[in-house]
Amino acid sequence: MAFSGAKIIQPLPLHTTIRSPNNPLLFDPFTSSPFLGSTRTLRLSQSISASQRRCASHIVAVSDVFKEKKLKSNTNLLLTKEEGLQVYEDMILGRAFEDMCAQMYYRGKMFGFVHLYNGQEAVSSGFIKLLKKEDSVVSTYRDHVHALSKGVPARAVMSELFGKKTGCCRGQGGSMHMFSAEHNVLGGFAFIGEGIPVATGAAFASKYRREVLKEADCDHVTLAFFGDGTCNNGQFFECLNMAALWKLPIIFVVENNLWAIGMSHLRSTSDPEIWKKGPAFGMPGVHVDGMDVLKVREVAKEAIGRARRGEGPTLVECETYRFRGHSLADPDELRDPAEKARYAARDPITALKKYLIESKLANEAELLAIEKKIEEVVEDAVEFADESPAPSRSQLLENVFADPRGFGIGPDGSYRCEDPKFTEGTAQV
Amino acid sequence: MYNCHRSDRSIDFSHQLLLPASYPHSVFAIIVNHNSFFFLFYPVFQGEKMWGILSQKLGAARGLSSQVVGNYVLRLRLAPSAMPMRHYSSATKEMTVRDALNSALDEEMAADPNVFVMGEEVGEYQGAYKITKGLLDKYGPERVVDTPITEAGFAGIGVGSAYHGLRPVIEFMTFNFSMQAIDHIINSAAKSNYMSAGQINVPIVFRGPNGPAAGVGAQHSQCYGAWYGSVPGLKVLVPYSSEDARGLLKAAIRDPDPVVFLENELLYGETFPISAEALDSSFCLPIGKAKIEREGKDITITAFSKMVGYALKAAEILEKEGINAEVINLRSIRPLDRATINASVRKTNRLVTVEEGFPQHGVGAEICATVVEDSFGYLDAPVERIAGADVPTPYAANLERMAFPQIEDIVRAAKRACYRSVPMAASA
Repeated sequence: MAFSGAKIIQPLPLHTTIRSPNNPLLFDPFTSSPFLGSTRTLRLSQSISASQRRCASHIVAVSDVFKEKKLKSNTNLLLTKEEGLQVYEDMILGRAFEDMCAQMYYRGKMFGFVHLYNGQEAVSSGFIKLLKKEDSVVSTYRDHVHALSKGVPARAVMSELFGKKTGCCRGQGGSMHMFSAEHNVLGGFAFIGEGIPVATGAAFASKYRREVLKEADCDHVTLAFFGDGTCNNGQFFECLNMAALWKLPIIFVVENNLWAIGMSHLRSTSDPEIWKKGPAFGMPGVHVDGMDVLKVREVAKEAIGRARRGEGPTLVECETYRFRGHSLADPDELRDPAEKARYAARDPITALKKYLIESKLANEAELLAIEKKIEEVVEDAVEFADESPAPSRSQLLENVFADPRGFGIGPDGSYRCEDPKFTEGTAQV
Repeated sequence: MYNCHRSDRSIDFSHQLLLPASYPHSVFAIIVNHNSFFFLFYPVFQGEKMWGILSQKLGAARGLSSQVVGNYVLRLRLAPSAMPMRHYSSATKEMTVRDALNSALDEEMAADPNVFVMGEEVGEYQGAYKITKGLLDKYGPERVVDTPITEAGFAGIGVGSAYHGLRPVIEFMTFNFSMQAIDHIINSAAKSNYMSAGQINVPIVFRGPNGPAAGVGAQHSQCYGAWYGSVPGLKVLVPYSSEDARGLLKAAIRDPDPVVFLENELLYGETFPISAEALDSSFCLPIGKAKIEREGKDITITAFSKMVGYALKAAEILEKEGINAEVINLRSIRPLDRATINASVRKTNRLVTVEEGFPQHGVGAEICATVVEDSFGYLDAPVERIAGADVPTPYAANLERMAFPQIEDIVRAAKRACYRSVPMAASA
């Protein structure tokens, strides 16, 4: 695959309200061609000469493997009934859970920083539902739904948010630090970009296991979820480089919801098309409509398949939107209500519901039953969390080290952790 | 459990060497330390030069002509058959700190296939300071990974792979560069076991040279002991001698928690004697235990890394002036061996802390606080803190010399603590 670096694409003109109805849409969701095999058509082609347009096709860097796949699909339907219902249930769970979080926060049961995922469920369900249990997911502070999709029980996540002992991290992590060794959810990181090298490391471990430790069937894949703001951060580029250099089994999933708290993506990025950053490092860069779970799923299948086969990383930019503010403390004044309304009309859950009903994969009753079931699950989670005990005093000093002798030697010469009174007192070490 | 031999420069056994007078032809010299025996046969390495120096030193110490001593020592070498073999006899080896680190890495990588080394220039360049020499040839590029210049990236990759049970040894060319990766050392390595409530531990080692070298300027000379030493969830080790280097690095690699391993560039080339026990591939030193390098009863001097050598030399100078100093090699900044420090202060009643880092919020400040908290009644004098000057490191050689503790500074501080009147400031 030749990358012709000789021609320089003109930088795209920056509009601050580029996705408003008056300006031509940069990524027109209704006319952009699906990812499989096609090259992207840039709507701003008026200012691009023919030769540059040829170069544009190189920039998309769609691999030949993807091109072949398009010819092989022989059914009209993109997923089976079971898959459809599974994905639907997952998205409903994400939405209901986050709505309940908002309620609980305003009632004072939850505290600190809480970042909700409403509107972005298609990305989480589209990707994570294709993973095995051994595959890893690394996320940011907006991680509740990633944890839920990966399989962490709603009870455990809700208790963790309430800060109770029965939470998935025993109340020690909180909203932004969801970890689950069992389900391979590797966090939960508060600093943007922090999770990306960790995810790259998890992919490195998978490759190391296969090649050095000779576990021949180790084809575990890692997904790194992060936002548009992160794509300007140094660690992101460092990891794109190393992942492509060493062909690590990782997929970099950009949840481009256009806003980093109150900073618009277009105001802060020299070239707002994030998928282009993939080919610059030698990996395919894909842009997909993140409000359509089926499209996301198709792209995810390709990317995960690529990674499993050892062909290396992929950068997937999902154009999505968060219906709520950045966090529950964000007044969310800078976003144009018209923009919010437009995306609300493209709610991924309603879109999937419509698809399932129209393609006769499910009927209203079944979907309603799922919604009811999820409502009960979430309420049960709240009850469970409410009734769970707060962590005991002695838990304060636990888990600082895997080897508790790390607390050192006490005045009597023996290891501090061997003194039974050690965790009973205050945190004085 | 571990041989408490002197960790100073190997050849200076001045006040400890007892040549058994009644056995002029005996083939071994017994060096009696305070609680262990140390058999000197013949140093296997170093050859002729070594002999010359050894005979000189022995001669100087005992007042014998170096000629006589030289012959005596040669006789040691030349009459092996006359040696009655004791069961603990072994050739005393010497080892540079560089070789000690290299051998420790080699043995741990051989023992556990999960251990791998990652960093800049660790592979084909054989290590920026040659610590990882030969490892690429032995273990291949998958286990000795050369990285691009991306500290944040590869530190994070190390952490991520440690999440899944691998045991990375991440090398920073110097710890000054670790500032680019400090987010991962602290936020994703140190805190992960706690945030995940014990589900995910991070058995990673971050190692590299720390502190000043010679004339490398302000951005390459900072000591990070205090910064990393204040973070819960990290273990911070500071080896001095080759035995420290071997034992602590092996312990660090086997440890299930993140360890910051602060070496010193100027110590890499220094040679120390090393016992057979320390050369054994299962040798490990406990983390969190300081070592008393030299026992004394008048004043306690705590130091780590290169400053241990300076403190020992200062102790000799003080000895001549009648002050019997106890020198503690901290070995571990976190967890700090408060028990040993306090026990020593309770014995001597005076304390001098020595470090190369910046004075404010430094390691010495913590030691002072811990002694005041636990042994205040035993202190006969205020604690004297010797640290680097409160300035970014200058380049000019004379200024740099003034910016870091020298042996005279330690001696002066010790005398101040013993109420011998000495001015505070150094005379230029």
